[in-house]
Amino acid sequence: MTAPKIKKHLRLLIFSAVGMFGFGFALVPLYDVFCDITGLNGKDYSRESSVPMTTVDESRTVKVEFVTYLNKQLPWQFKPEINSIELHPGERYQVSFMAVNQSDQDTFGRAVPSISPGYGAQYLVKTECFCFQEQMLAANEEATMPLIFYIDPNIPADISTLTLAYTLFKNEPNADLAMNQKK
Amino acid sequence: MDNFEGGYVRLSKLTTPLIASVLGIVSTPLFAQQSTLNMTEGVTGISNTVYNLHMTILYICIAIAVIVFGIMFWSLYRHRKSQGAIAAKFHESTTVEIIWTAIPIVILIAMAIPSTQALILMEDTSEADITIQITGSQWKWHYRYFDHDLEFYSRLTTSQAEINNEVEKQPYYLKEVDNPLVLPINKKIRFLVTADDVIHSWWVPAFAVKKDANPGFINEAWTKIDTPGTYRGQCAELCGKDHGFMPIVVTALEPEAFDDWLAQAKITANQQLQAEQQSLTKTMDMPTMMTLGETVYNRTCAACHQAGGQGIPGAFPALKNSPVALGDVNKHINIVLQGVPGTAMAAFAKQLTKKELAAVITYERNAWDNNTGDIVQPAQIDTALTNSN
Amino acid sequence: MSDIKIKDNAEQMINSTSDLHHADPHQGAEHHGAPKGYKRWLFSTNHKDIGSLYLWFSLTMFFIGGAMAMIIRAELFQPGLQLVEPNFFNQMTTSHGLIMVFGAVMPAFVGLANWMLPLMIGAPDMALPRMNNWSFWILPFAFSLLLLSLFTEGGGPNFGWTFYPPLSTKYSPDSTAMFVFSVHLMGISSIMGAINVIVTILNMRAPGMTMMKMPMFVWTWLITAFLLIAVMPVLAGAVTMILTDKYFGTSFFDAAGGGDPVLFQHIFWFFGHPEVYIMILPSFGIISAIIPTFARKQLFGYHSMVYATASIAILSFTVWAHHMFTVGLPLAAELFFMYCTMLISVPTGVKIFNWVSTLWRGSITFEVPMLFSLAFIVLFTIGGFSGLMLAITPADFQYHDTYFVVAHFHYVLVTGAVFSIMAAAYYWLPKWTGYMFNERLGKWHFWCSLISVNILFFPMHFLGLAGMPRRIPDYALQFADINKIVSIGGFMFGLSQLLFVAVVIMAVRGGQKAPAKPWEGAEGLEWTVPSPAPYHTFDTPPEVK
Repeated sequence: MTAPKIKKHLRLLIFSAVGMFGFGFALVPLYDVFCDITGLNGKDYSRESSVPMTTVDESRTVKVEFVTYLNKQLPWQFKPEINSIELHPGERYQVSFMAVNQSDQDTFGRAVPSISPGYGAQYLVKTECFCFQEQMLAANEEATMPLIFYIDPNIPADISTLTLAYTLFKNEPNADLAMNQKK
Repeated sequence: MDNFEGGYVRLSKLTTPLIASVLGIVSTPLFAQQSTLNMTEGVTGISNTVYNLHMTILYICIAIAVIVFGIMFWSLYRHRKSQGAIAAKFHESTTVEIIWTAIPIVILIAMAIPSTQALILMEDTSEADITIQITGSQWKWHYRYFDHDLEFYSRLTTSQAEINNEVEKQPYYLKEVDNPLVLPINKKIRFLVTADDVIHSWWVPAFAVKKDANPGFINEAWTKIDTPGTYRGQCAELCGKDHGFMPIVVTALEPEAFDDWLAQAKITANQQLQAEQQSLTKTMDMPTMMTLGETVYNRTCAACHQAGGQGIPGAFPALKNSPVALGDVNKHINIVLQGVPGTAMAAFAKQLTKKELAAVITYERNAWDNNTGDIVQPAQIDTALTNSN
Repeated sequence: MSDIKIKDNAEQMINSTSDLHHADPHQGAEHHGAPKGYKRWLFSTNHKDIGSLYLWFSLTMFFIGGAMAMIIRAELFQPGLQLVEPNFFNQMTTSHGLIMVFGAVMPAFVGLANWMLPLMIGAPDMALPRMNNWSFWILPFAFSLLLLSLFTEGGGPNFGWTFYPPLSTKYSPDSTAMFVFSVHLMGISSIMGAINVIVTILNMRAPGMTMMKMPMFVWTWLITAFLLIAVMPVLAGAVTMILTDKYFGTSFFDAAGGGDPVLFQHIFWFFGHPEVYIMILPSFGIISAIIPTFARKQLFGYHSMVYATASIAILSFTVWAHHMFTVGLPLAAELFFMYCTMLISVPTGVKIFNWVSTLWRGSITFEVPMLFSLAFIVLFTIGGFSGLMLAITPADFQYHDTYFVVAHFHYVLVTGAVFSIMAAAYYWLPKWTGYMFNERLGKWHFWCSLISVNILFFPMHFLGLAGMPRRIPDYALQFADINKIVSIGGFMFGLSQLLFVAVVIMAVRGGQKAPAKPWEGAEGLEWTVPSPAPYHTFDTPPEVK
């Protein structure tokens, strides 16, 4: 029981505690990476993709469903032009989402995608999507928002349906700004 | 619908509670068949599987308990110092340590196999016949029949008077709603579950379906109901003040009856829409609006702003004597229609009809000595919603 | 405690002490016995005084948290809303959980560690006495902050002790910052306590006290302390993220900003599951001390006990998502966490079997500490069985977030952790106070507690299985009868604990003088010093053969 040894242990333990505090925060990006690989939470990590078109797999089809939600009953209309489509993997498809801002305020919205089953998320490749940016609709403005995507032919055989859900959130800081301007 | 109650009435009466529970403490399996004391067997293949799994593991645990505690109590009885017991000296044996590590592992593997099979079955949501979008929000459920263009909110109908013990409680106290979810039997039904504000959890014990509703993410679950009936559950994840007051009621019908119901429900929804349009042309008088407004207010707003309009200081603002209710009427309308970002105040534009919205705003501006004398008309709501269109 | 007596002992110690080259910086200066008045407590660096402070603090919090439980049970006595608003009810469930976990159980263990670890390993004090003082005196501030938040406009935390966002961020009361800071303080206190325990055990053992000769209580606390250092900072990180999400516009847990509310649950339970072992491992140590004493037989399978404790600690990092089976995990994750969770029952089973084997062919007597320990073995095992049932994912879909879970964790925490703390208190009270406690009253306390705790928690299993969710202020009529029984059990259990206070106060004030070793079969260094333990002990390290 010597003082230098105690000091050494003390330093080590404090260092570990600080390190674990950092680890708590490191879990945030780690979780994203983990989810991206495993599809743990069904979040869509695909960014704008320039992956060249692969061959179309004519032997099977995958049903893609489009679902939309308006967070907290945002006074917009937001609907896909079709509810679902049967596609061959590798086949490129464009679907439009219609959005109407029914309020008399300019509103910023952000469409947050979620895909089910989660591990199917990585096989839905978007080449162009309105969800890559924040959307602004002026009061009573209407817009058609395109999504171009294809299903990666490597998609596991047990996935026959992919559900793509968009939840449209009002982007709040900007909304506040819009309200203040109105006053 | 109440004649459909399967197995549920049994739950509500337990004549000799004390004796039952004392017996229950002594031996659980005696009461295995009674749902007040045990898990429901439910009305789906999955719920039966889950029930059997639950009972199997319960019996294994009881068997282990009987053996271990049996040895322990025998030892406590036989090896008492007062009976002249002299302590033995042994204190280690690698052999027995290995044995009682290995045996539990074998038992666990035996438990894991059926559990794994059941789980794989539960997670297979493919090839569903019908899809229901379920959205939880504080403190109600919203159902949408995917591909059928039908959607509605489902709220608690138990009155405040019952909750506050002013009148006698009805049999389905806290487990009754205005619009139950109607489903067909013998069809694979897929649920897409999400939430609007905080996390909720959609749980119907009879189906063994419990799925968290996470805002911004969708979760899938499925069921296939065997028997027609009314099945009740409630929100299972703490979601704020009225977490205990957002029940789930499902009515399961024969497929033909379901199709009839679906067609009828669509017609009714259409009629309501038309009635809504007509209401825009009418000018409503104060008493009518106040009566309707009070009903809507108590159903929709009172949970937060309180029946007396006083709110809950620090959590939910008061409406009585508030600048919103006494100030500019258009601003008041906007807040109700579009909510307040970053707070619990939701946008009610789509939750209520225009007439209801007009009535509730009128009520808020005239109740509790607010007395502004303003009567908000459905047409005003319409204007506010579609301003320049 | 008699001051004069302590002084005498201390002077004896000075006379018998020749070497003063301890690491302890305050050594030498304080060899005048206990300082007088408030300074003794406020500036204390003495492990026994700090231990007593922790234990009194824990007892106070146990009653404050208990009072909240009484409010909860009173509201649930019958269907309908009678006493409190749903919002206040939620504040009660939240505060009850936080106070019992962080205010009652954990400080009680730290108090026991402070009092007993130096005595058990033959050390003069904890290795870092000043830090010890800090780690205690942070706690009253932490809990004052938490309790004060209940009186702010909008009320205190109402989002459950697990504080899942967005309920705890966008939808939480204004006082959430107070909650966050109080959790920070609790975390800092626990981490400092844990550091002290580790440094003490690793450096201050008497000559000859090898690691594999340490009493089980020392071993379990060493492992617990490592768990604390690993997970308390993660909790601090989680509450910090809640703070910035709520007040500074970050979106760790907000889908609108690219976050994920489920991420919080992963982080929280990465802390939370080891946390539940933090609250039970020291109990294992206590039981492993008491059972051999009153069976007058050496602990069976000491080595396997050490290894089992270590495996439980390691496995505890691989099971966190079993708290989140309904959150929408992929099948593979559900299976992985189910298997790992089931696996934990193996080392836990080994412990139970070892205790039963220790009893086997012993020479058993039933003093109060033994009674509580025997009750612990049976009732903790019941909690373990329900835990095993909860591990089965398909069945968990039915159990999750119901009273079945409430029953489960109260069995492991009340009849587990709290019963073991009671056992420890009765076991070491003679050593602390110098007087034997009133055995008759102690037995009354035990039997009243045993009966009422089962009336309180056993029927909760039925409530959960029949479909009653947890954290609801009002319930459907089918649950009315059982809730009434549960509430009656709750009131009985609450009242029974007043007997404990009576026993403790009577033992502090006087009674039959306790010898150095009041229990015939007891082993260990703590029984070689007089009762009450002098203010300074083991200034000359004892020789361990």
